[in-house]
Order: sequence, then structure tokens, then C-alpha cells
Amino acid sequence: MSKLKQQFLAGPYLLWIVGFILLPVLMILYYAFTNADGIFTLEYIFAIGSETNRKAIGLSLQLGIICTIICLLLSYPLAMILSRIQFKNQGFVVFIFMLPMWMNFMLRILAWKLLLSKNGVINTLLEGIGMPEISIINTPVAVVLGMVYDFLPFMLLPIYNSMTRIRKDWIEAAQDLGANNVTIFFKIILPLTVSGIISGIVMVFVPSLTSFAISQVLGGGQVLLIGNVIEQDFMQGMQWNAGSGLSFVLMIFVIASMALVNLFDKEEPVK
Amino acid sequence: MIKKGISRLYLFLIFAFLYLPIIVLIALSFNNSRTKVKWGGFTFQWYLGCFQNEAIMSAFMTTLQITFLSAIISTLIGTLAAFGIASMKKKGQAVYLGATNIPMLNADIVTGISMMLLFVKFMDLGFVTVLIAHITFSIPYVILNVLPKLKAVNRSTYEAALDLGASPSYAFYKVTWPEIRPAVFSGFMMAVTMSLDDFSITYFTKGAGVNTLSTMLYTELRKGVKPELYALSTILFFAVLLILLAGNVRPGRKPN
Repeated sequence: MSKLKQQFLAGPYLLWIVGFILLPVLMILYYAFTNADGIFTLEYIFAIGSETNRKAIGLSLQLGIICTIICLLLSYPLAMILSRIQFKNQGFVVFIFMLPMWMNFMLRILAWKLLLSKNGVINTLLEGIGMPEISIINTPVAVVLGMVYDFLPFMLLPIYNSMTRIRKDWIEAAQDLGANNVTIFFKIILPLTVSGIISGIVMVFVPSLTSFAISQVLGGGQVLLIGNVIEQDFMQGMQWNAGSGLSFVLMIFVIASMALVNLFDKEEPVK
Repeated sequence: MIKKGISRLYLFLIFAFLYLPIIVLIALSFNNSRTKVKWGGFTFQWYLGCFQNEAIMSAFMTTLQITFLSAIISTLIGTLAAFGIASMKKKGQAVYLGATNIPMLNADIVTGISMMLLFVKFMDLGFVTVLIAHITFSIPYVILNVLPKLKAVNRSTYEAALDLGASPSYAFYKVTWPEIRPAVFSGFMMAVTMSLDDFSITYFTKGAGVNTLSTMLYTELRKGVKPELYALSTILFFAVLLILLAGNVRPGRKPN
């Protein structure tokens, strides 16, 4: 098949891009910049400055950053241990750690609700051994816990993949030349896994910044993230313009944070 | 030695963190008590009951239909698109890959809302709109799996087959297809996984009458979740486990 003819194979996808990727984004822009009568306004963009919205964005950023840091701190040692494990079937061990992802997303959060709630599993167990009860359900702590649980594999996988690409002889060469473990970590392992860390951060930060289901279920309506405000605008208040305005701002936030991360990614190898 | 002990302990702690909720769900699917988290004895009734509950079965069927239809259609469109993109010049590739990145990078909630805003202009929200939405967010996974493989395939082998008298379709089937088949398959599996697990995008594009298991669970959370759903989810979890294990230990293929 000639190259020109082969290009036409992307035709159906081109239609799909225009119809179901570009048009929907334009719809958000249209609603975000017009009022209910279809007249141009910036009111809904500036609505981000209102107290509720500012608080929600602030809390979302805060929880998103905390969740990303915890995921990174948990995953990095885990990836290191997994990549060094002496086991006939290393892939299988990694598989064990990815498997919980295949339990339904909603059920995984629900399970945490059952675990953490006032008369839940953990408290029953604590009571049984005479320990004080915990009450973190319906607080930001529970929401972060749920997010970490859900998004941990997104951090683990890219870091693990970059870790397995480090060749043993490089580390052995460094050892032969007299480097200690700390030097090896900072001069070889860390620099070579930066790309994995970066993609892990993006893959965890974006969903944790924008999630609304986790905060709804584990926050019990007490933890209002920007995703919850948008969801309420659309599903309860029928305020499509306001919701679109916030969605647009959220898009900008996501793009900006990714641009920031990419900047960091490019600078790193120079060091 | 101590170092080894610490890493073992660390692996165990993370393992416990990851599996604790799943063990709770599986335990509850055998628990003979409708509402309480307390243990009320062992029972199989939820496993029998889940197949008789019409609402659950209908949500289950919808989930399966959406998942497999969207995975098949997105694999088709995505694989064709990968062939098209691979033969383009740099500029064209950049445009297509840029557009492909939009659903990947956008927050789920924004993707869901943007599609809902478009759909309500032209049609009622329901099965078809959910299906379109799932195809849309699945295609990028297929392309990102197939395209790198396709670029790595040596074009001259295919042309050599043509020179030796093979028809284009025969040459494709004998030369190109075996090379890209694993990538197409893993793209398909990723589409299945993403579709099966999606909640946010389905939630905004589904309308009133249609439910997948995820959205059904979400609406039931307020009233208290039926134990039949734990049973069905446990079955699904083990079904996926079996499929993945079968794929992992298939002879002649190294697990990685």
C-alpha cells in the first residue's frame, strides 16, 4: 500500500477527534464564556475567586499534593525492592501488587468506607483489643487515604519500569570504582528513574486534584473539592455555565501543572 | 540480613494495605447479615441471589456490553489510525498525537462533562452516549500501544514479501500482523480495563435509565449497598484474576 493511501486509514479517527474530542472541548468553552442567554461574559471564569470556590481549589491542591507525595514515598522503596527481588518469576510479584486495580473502582472506595466508618471493621477490631477508636471517616484524612489507595499503582508502575532498565553492570562498575551505596543511589539510581518519577507524579496528581467520587464517599459531603463543586453545579443546580467556567479553570490548572512538571523534567539531565 | 528483613516487612505492609479492603469485600459477600458490618455467619445466598436480582443483572449486562463493544470498536479505529499515523510526516503525526493526548491528560470529570454538553444538544443520554464516551477515552490507549510497535516493524520485510509475489493482504497477514498482534492485544486489554473501571465519565454521560455496576454502586451507597453486589464483584474479580493468570503463564510468552 502506498504511503498516501495508508494515511487514509486514520480517517475514521480524524472524524472521531473532531466530533468527540474537539467539539466537546469547544462546548465547555462556549458555556464557560457565555451566560444563560448566550451572551458573552467572564463572570463564570472570575467566579473562581468566590469564597467557596477558592476554598475548594485550595483544598483540592493541598490534598492532591499530599496524596502525590505519599504515593511517591511509598512507591519508590517498593519499586526498588521489587526490582531487586531474587525470584524466578519477578513479573508475577509485580502482578500481585497491581491486582487490586482490577477490583471495581467504586467498590474499592466503598471498602474503605466500611473499614473506617464509626461502627466499621477497624473500630470493631480496635474495640476488641481494648484500643481507642479512630474517627477519620468524613475527614480529609480519609479522602487522602482513599486517593493513595486508588492511585498508588499509577506511581508504582512507571517508577518500577524505569528501575528495571538500570543495568546491573553500571552499579557494579560504580562499586568497583569505590562508590558507596549513598553515592550510587544519588548518582545512578535516582537520575535514571527521574522520568519514571515524573510520569508517576502526573498520573497521580491529575486524578487526585480532580476527583469527586472519592471525596463524596469518604468525605461524606464534609470535604468539598473542586470536583464536587462542579458535579453539584451540573447534577443538582443545573448551573451549566458556572460548572463549565470551573471546568475550564480546572483544565488550565491541569495544563499548567503539567507544563511545570515537564520543565523540571527537561532541566534534570543537565545536572 | 537485617536489610533483607526490613524489605520483607515493607513488602508485607504494603501488601496488607492493598489487600485489606479486598479481603473485607470478599468476607462480606459470604456474610449472613444484610446491613451490618458485623459477622452473622457463613452463607452462599448472595451468590445465588445476585443472578436473580433484575436490577443488578441489567447493570451487569450493560457493563459487559459497553466494555466489550467499546473495546472492540476502539481497537479497530485505534489500530487503523496507528497505521495511518505511522505513514504520515512529522507534522501530521504531531497533530494527531496532540489530539490523542487530550482525553488522556484531561481530568475525567472534564471529559465527562464536555461530552455530556455535546450529547444533550443532539440526542438523549443513554446506552449509546456512554458507548461513544468509552470508545473516545479508550482509543488513545490502543494507539499508544500499537504505534510504537508499528514504527519498529521493518517496512522492507513487507515490501520484500510483495516483491516475491504476495498480495498486499497476504503480506500484511503473514508479515506485519504477527509483529503487531501482541501490541494490539495489550491495547485491547487496556481498553477493557479502563472501560470496566470507569465511573466519572459514565456518570455524566449515562442519563437516567442506564446503569453500569459502578454508577449503580454509587447511587446505592446512600441506601446501603446490597450484599449481592459484593458477591457479583467477587466473582468478577476472580474471573479477571483467572484471565490475567492464563495470559501470564501462556507457554512461549515471557511474563514481564
